[in-house]
Formats: sequence, structure tokens, C-alpha cells
Amino acid sequence: MNRVDGKIALVTGGARGLGAMSARVLAKGGAKVVITDMRQTDSAKTLETIRAEGGEASFFRHDVANEDQWAAAVKFTVDTYGGLDILLNNAGVGGAAKPLESLSLDAWRHMMSINLDGVFLGMKHAVPVMKTRAHMWPGGGSIISISSIMGFIGGTHAAAYCASKGGVRLLTKAAALELAPAKIRVNSVHPGFIDTPGLRMGEAVMNARSEGAFQRFIDDAVSRHPIGRLGRDEDIANAVCFLASDDAAFVTGTEVVVDGGYLAQ
Amino acid sequence: MNRVDGKVALITGGARGIGGMSAQVLAQGGAKIVITDLREEEAGVTLAAIKAAGGDAKFFRHDVAQEDQWAAAVKFATDSYGGVDILLNNAGIGGSTRPLEELTLESWRHLLSINLDGVFLGFKHCIPSMKSRAHMWAGGGSIISISSIMGLVGGARQMAYCASKGGVRLLTKAAAIELAPSKIRVNSVHPGFISTPLLMGEMERMEKRSQGLGKRYQSNIEAMHPLGHMGKDLDIANAVCFLASDDAAFMTGTELVVDGGYTAQ
Repeated sequence: MNRVDGKIALVTGGARGLGAMSARVLAKGGAKVVITDMRQTDSAKTLETIRAEGGEASFFRHDVANEDQWAAAVKFTVDTYGGLDILLNNAGVGGAAKPLESLSLDAWRHMMSINLDGVFLGMKHAVPVMKTRAHMWPGGGSIISISSIMGFIGGTHAAAYCASKGGVRLLTKAAALELAPAKIRVNSVHPGFIDTPGLRMGEAVMNARSEGAFQRFIDDAVSRHPIGRLGRDEDIANAVCFLASDDAAFVTGTEVVVDGGYLAQ
Repeated sequence: MNRVDGKVALITGGARGIGGMSAQVLAQGGAKIVITDLREEEAGVTLAAIKAAGGDAKFFRHDVAQEDQWAAAVKFATDSYGGVDILLNNAGIGGSTRPLEELTLESWRHLLSINLDGVFLGFKHCIPSMKSRAHMWAGGGSIISISSIMGLVGGARQMAYCASKGGVRLLTKAAAIELAPSKIRVNSVHPGFISTPLLMGEMERMEKRSQGLGKRYQSNIEAMHPLGHMGKDLDIANAVCFLASDDAAFMTGTELVVDGGYTAQ
């Protein structure tokens, strides 16, 4: 569809799940994509898929909590493709469910360092390059961060996750106000439960504690989505592509909620 | 782009402005269009533009506050094109800007009859047809209502308008929950100030009352949008097209805010 034709995108956590699908959709739309992640094998598979579909992509090994690595990732993108127009802050961790009073400061800080600090660092290091190219596009540069329904509502035993996702939501608004004069748009995407490898990571642990626990968890999650199913990677990737394109030229500082109606009730 | 290829769209207030542009964009995407409005001449201009671009569209004269005219409009769409897949509730008025204590009940009811009742009546009368066709599309049927930033935040001397737009927002959520099992998605779009005939007309009237008044009003409005300018019809039409397409298959019960950052601060 070439909706992001000629643009350059950096996608964190692009090895699998939401990031990988977003990278594929952006590449199909004509963007050149740098996938960053710590998972090299999965990333290689995603690169293969993108290239088989006729797209152009590269991989950079990257821990989003590390500021030096952010500078290097942006430099890699500029050296490889000539600049940066779209930043997708997708890398994130879910973390173990822990009651608030037994949540260690270490565990809290670890989650914040990836889910929130990592997003701030991405914005900080991408913006100088994005500013030089924003004039090339009617819709300017586009920064998209994956938040969550948990950036709107709370959840038991999810204090750090909710804090990080709510933080991403308001960091997005602050950045949107600050960067609007530079023609860079900043928005957040709020998925409901999406069927990804990330979601399924808890499967073995849950089932070890109690037989069939994971399936009960999934059934319960499905029942909370009026649409009657969990989300798919492409549901989120399509929203990302919309925000990355010039179709969204007047969209900034806002939340795109892709949750099958979860928050509507 | 054929993103809504084969679908049938009914668009109220489709003669000009946001409705007119949405009709053009959906037609370009492959949808068959029924434009409804009271403005027959302007609708003719929009129909001509759609046909010149190779699209398929018809006009039906329609007062959205009238229930029997809703039944007739849906019958017209069914007779013309086989049914309805996309409903765009766009018809709306700005209404009185009198202070609260001077707002007449008549004026209040008139605005609500169009901006809110008209939206409810649209849902009620389109649903049977949409239910019978929802299975044809990966993303089911799609009802989109144009709310406003004034459905998110308040404004002085905008009592009836804000009430109507906030009403549309929550009516949308209730309908989304109720219609999810039927595979019909229901969302609202919240434009910031858009350069439409409605708004431009208002500013011209201001200029006539007092030279410079309209121009100052325009500058003030522009300054309230972090992006520094008002939106265009096309900005809203693109958001409508996204929600109408199967790209938004997991989006329901939510607000898509297209406001240049107005509500981010």
C-alpha cells in the first residue's frame, strides 16, 4: 500500500510478537526498517520474512534500558538507511505478578528501566535525527509507543506494569506538546490482551502451579473483551502503520486503543 | 487503496465538509456511498467529484432528527446497493453560543435532536441490515460517529454542543458492548477545530459583525492546537476510513482523537 513509502523506521522489540508484525507491515508499506532486540535468532527469522515479502530491513542488537546502546542504535539506522522518520517503542516486559508489599525495589526499577526509561531514551535519541527530516513528510515524523489497557486501568499485582504503561501514556502527551513545533507527532497505542509469545510466556509457570491454569486465564481474558477474542499482532501493527503514515497528520498527543472493547465497559 | 472494497457506506451530512470528504475517501477505497443531507445542491457537487474519480455514489434527502426518514434512508441504501456495512454519523450543528442561563429549552432540544438523537436513530435503523452482512467482512460492520474535542473537554457557552458530543461518546461505548456479539464495531472520532464550511461560515459571520473579530478568532483557535493550525477535512476522513476498514478489526468502543494535540494539554 506504500502508505509509509520512503520512510525509515526503528522498531524496538522487533524480533517477534507486536514488534515483528509492525516491522512487517511497515516494510510492506514501503518503509526501510531497523529491528532492534536482544533476541538474535528470532530477529533473523523476522528479517527473512520481511525480505521474502520484498521489504528491506536490518537488525541491531539493543538493550533499550541502556543509553549508550540507544545512541548506537540510532547511529546504526542513520548509517544504514540515511535517517529516521518513525520510532516504534515496542520493547517491554510484563513481569511476574507480585503483591505490592512484597515488590522489591530492584524488580520495580528493572521494569521501569525497560518499559518507561527505555521509551524516554528512545525519544531523546531519535528526536535530533527526526527533526532534520520532518519537513519531508506532510505528517512529519512519528513516534509511537506501545502502552496498554493497563495504561488506563489498574490491575491487582501489577503495580509496576501499570505505573510504567501509565507513564508512557503521559510521557507521550508531554513529548507531543514539546515536539509539535518541530513537526514530530507522538502517540501511544493501547492494546488489550494480544495473543503473542509474550503473553504465552506465563503458560508453563501457571500450569506448574495449577493444572489448566493458563487456559482458565486465557478464557477469562477473552470474556473481558466484548469482541469475543484476544487481539492478533496485526490488529496492533495496523494501528501503528496508521499512526506512522501521513493519514494521521493531525493526530498527536493521543491514545489509540485497540482492545476489542475491553475499556468500554 | 481498496481498503473498504465492496462495502456500502451511509454518510449523514455527506454533502460537504467532513462528511463530503469522508464520502470521497471511502469511495476511493472501493465503497459504494449513500450521502444523506438536507443540502441537495452541495451534495450534487460531492457526487460529481466522486463519480469523476471513478466512484459509485447516490444522494438521499434526509433530516437525521426524523425517525421515519431514517427508515427511508436505510431502505434507499438497501434498494440501491444491497444493505449497509459502514454508518458514518456525521451530520451535526454547532448551535447556540448563548450563556447557560439564557439557553432556551427549545434551542437545547433542537441541537440534541440532530447531534444526539440523530446518532441513536442511525444506530437503531442501520443495525438490522448491518447484522445480516457483518459476517462478510473480517472486521465486521463499522459504525463511526463524529463527536468532538468538546466530547472530551468542556467549553464556555457550549452547553448543548458539549452535552451532545459527550453523549455521542458514551452512546458509542454502550452500543459497542451491545453489538460486539453481532460483529459490529462502534467507535467515535473526536476532531479538533477543522476548516470546514460550518466553522468558516461562523468566522465570516463574526467578520461581518466586527472587522478583525473573525480573524482574531481564527488565530486564537490555531494557537490552541500544538501543531499550530486547524485540521483539514481529509485528516478526519482518513481516520474514518481506518475505522471503517478491516485494519481496525479489534477496535471498538473507543475514541479516535484527531486534534493536533488540543486535548493533550
